[in-house]
Amino acid sequence: MTVEQGALTTDGSTSLGPAPAAAARESMPAGPPAATKNSWRRALKKDWRLYTFLILPILFLLIFRYLPMAGNVIAFRRFRPGGSIFGDEWVGLHYVKMFISDPKFWEVFQNTVILGALSLAICFPMPILLALLLNEVRIRWFKRLVQTVSYLPHFMSIVIVAGMIFQIFSVQGTINQLISVVGVDPVNFMQDADWFRTIYISSEVWQTVGWGTILYLAALTTIDTQLYESARIDGANRLQQTWHITLVGIRPTMITLLVLNIGTFLAVGFEKVLLIYNPLTYPTADVISTYLYRIGIESSNFSYATAIGLFESIIGLVLVLGANEISKRAVGTSLW
Amino acid sequence: MVTTTRSAVPTPKPSRPVGIKDSLSYRTFRVVNTLVLIGVMLVTLYPFVNVIAQSFSSEGYIISGQVNLIPRGFNVETYKVVMADSMFWTNYRNTVVYTVVGTLIAMALTTTFAYALSKKRLKGRTVFIGIAVFTMFFNGGLIPNYILIKSLGMTNSIWAIVLPNAISIFNLLVMKAFFENLPEELEEAASMDGLNTYSIFARIVLPLSKAVLATMVLFYAVSFWNSWFQAFLYMDRAELYPVTVYLRNLIAGATNAASVSGGAGADGLAQVASNIQAVTIVLTVLPIVCLYPFLQKYFVSGVMLGSVKG
Repeated sequence: MTVEQGALTTDGSTSLGPAPAAAARESMPAGPPAATKNSWRRALKKDWRLYTFLILPILFLLIFRYLPMAGNVIAFRRFRPGGSIFGDEWVGLHYVKMFISDPKFWEVFQNTVILGALSLAICFPMPILLALLLNEVRIRWFKRLVQTVSYLPHFMSIVIVAGMIFQIFSVQGTINQLISVVGVDPVNFMQDADWFRTIYISSEVWQTVGWGTILYLAALTTIDTQLYESARIDGANRLQQTWHITLVGIRPTMITLLVLNIGTFLAVGFEKVLLIYNPLTYPTADVISTYLYRIGIESSNFSYATAIGLFESIIGLVLVLGANEISKRAVGTSLW
Repeated sequence: MVTTTRSAVPTPKPSRPVGIKDSLSYRTFRVVNTLVLIGVMLVTLYPFVNVIAQSFSSEGYIISGQVNLIPRGFNVETYKVVMADSMFWTNYRNTVVYTVVGTLIAMALTTTFAYALSKKRLKGRTVFIGIAVFTMFFNGGLIPNYILIKSLGMTNSIWAIVLPNAISIFNLLVMKAFFENLPEELEEAASMDGLNTYSIFARIVLPLSKAVLATMVLFYAVSFWNSWFQAFLYMDRAELYPVTVYLRNLIAGATNAASVSGGAGADGLAQVASNIQAVTIVLTVLPIVCLYPFLQKYFVSGVMLGSVKG
C-alpha cells in the first residue's frame, strides 16, 4: 500500500495524449505555476472521460465514508432520532465525560485490551510458525494439500464459524466428549466467562492461521538459496540458518503485518463476539464495540455510543500511525 | 515487500539445497514436522466433518454426546425439514441476489476507480488516492453509519447491504497496481488509432485483465455471500434476510425452533435446533466448499498481487 509521489511532475503527462496534435501541444513548457486553475481546466478538457470514472467512486467515498466521519460530531451534540444526522445542539464534552466516569466502560476497555493483546501474541506469530514448517516440506503435493486445507476456514462466514463453535463447545459437543474420557464432568463452555477468551482465540487461530501464511510463503521464496549454502559451509546448523537467514528474510513482511495488526488492535472481532457472547460471559467477553452496539443500537443512546466509537477510532488511528513511525525509524519499513 | 524476478518461475527445487548428509536430528525433525502438519489438517477439517456428521444424525445421539466423526442414527429427515421451510429458500435466494447485485456494483465502481487512479497523467491523483487510503485507517464508526443509512431511507432494502460496501480499498489498491503494470504501448497505439478512453478501457484494458478481474469478483462475491451484520442491522422483515441471518437466528434461538421444524419431533426445542443448525450450516457452506478447490489459486494470486505494491 503505497501512495506514490507521482503526479508532481508536470512533464510526465504527455505520452498518453488522445491525439498526436494534443500531445505536441502538451509537451510545451507548462507555463508559469500561477496557472494551476488553467492547467486543471486543460486536464479536464483533455481527459474528461477519465474523470467521469471518478464521479461515482468519489461520491461513494463522500457519502458512505466521509459523511459518517463527519457524523461523529454527534459525540459532542445532542442527537434526536428523526432530526439532523449531525445533531441539534452543542453539548461539549458531556458524553466524553460520561464514558470516562462510566465504570462499565473501563471494564469493557480492559476486556478489549486483553483480547487484543492475546490475539496479537497468539494469532500473529502462528502463521509465521506454520509457514516455516511448510517451508521445510519437500514433497510438493503434500505441501499443497496442507495449504489448500488450511486456507479453507478463511472463506467461512463468521456466522458459520459461530455455529461450529457452538457445536464443538456445547455440553454434548466434541470437547466435552474428549474430557469425559478422562473422567472430567461436562463443562458448559459457552456460558462460562472463564472460557470465553480461550474459545475466542482458538477459533480465531483456526480461521486465520492458514490464510496468514500466504504472504510469508511468498517472502520465503525470495530468499537467496546461496545464503544457506554459505551458512552451511560456515558451520551453521539448521536452527541457526532459520534464525539468521530465514527469519531475517521475511522480516519486512512480518513488520508490515505487525503494523497492520497493531492498527486493528482495538477492533477485536466485533461480529464474532456479538455472535458468541451472552450476558453470562459479559465479564470477559464484552468489548468496546459490543458495548457501544448495545448502548447505541439497542438502547438508542446514539450520542453516547458515538463518543465511545470515536474514542476507539482515534486510538486505532494513533496506534497504526505510531507503529508505522516506530517501524520506519527502527527498521526502515513503512506502510506508505 | 520486494518480489524478485527469480521467483516468477516455479521450480520443483526445494527451498534449501538438499544436503548430502542430513543429520539424524534433522531427519527426525522432518518426520515430526509431517506429523504436525497432518495434525493441522485434521484440526482444520474436524469442525466440518463434525457438522456434517451431526446433520445426518438423529437427535437422540446428539443429546447424549455420541456424535463426532460419523453420523449416528443416520437419517436425512432433518434435511427434509429444513428444505421444506420456504423461508429458508427465500433467504437463500436473497443471499444469491445480494451477492450478484453487490458484486456487479462493486466491480463497476472498483474497476473504473482503479483504472483512473492508475494513470499517472490524472491530475490530482495523489489527492484522490489519499482520500481513498485514509478510509482504511479511520472510519465513521457504527452509530454514524447506522444513522446515515436510516436517514437515507435504505432500511429494508438491498441498498443497505450492497452500497455501503461497494468499494473495498484493499481490492482497489490491488487492481490499481495491476493496471499500472500493464504495458503502456498498447493503450498508446489504440489512442493513436483514435480510440477514446472508454473504448480503450472496454476493449483493451479489461480483456487484458481477466485474471485480476476474476480474483476481484471472487473476493467480492465471498464477502457478500458471507456478510450478515448489515442485513441484521438494517432489515427487520424475515423475508428480506440473507441465509446467514437465518442461521444466526437459529443459533441465537431467536427463531421459534418449533415453527422452523414444523413439529418434526417431540423432543426438546434445543435438540431440534442443534440438528437443524447443522443442516443449515452444511447447506450454506456447500457452494463455497464445492467451488473452493477450483478457485483457490485465484484467491492466492489476489493476495500476491496486493503484496507486490505493499
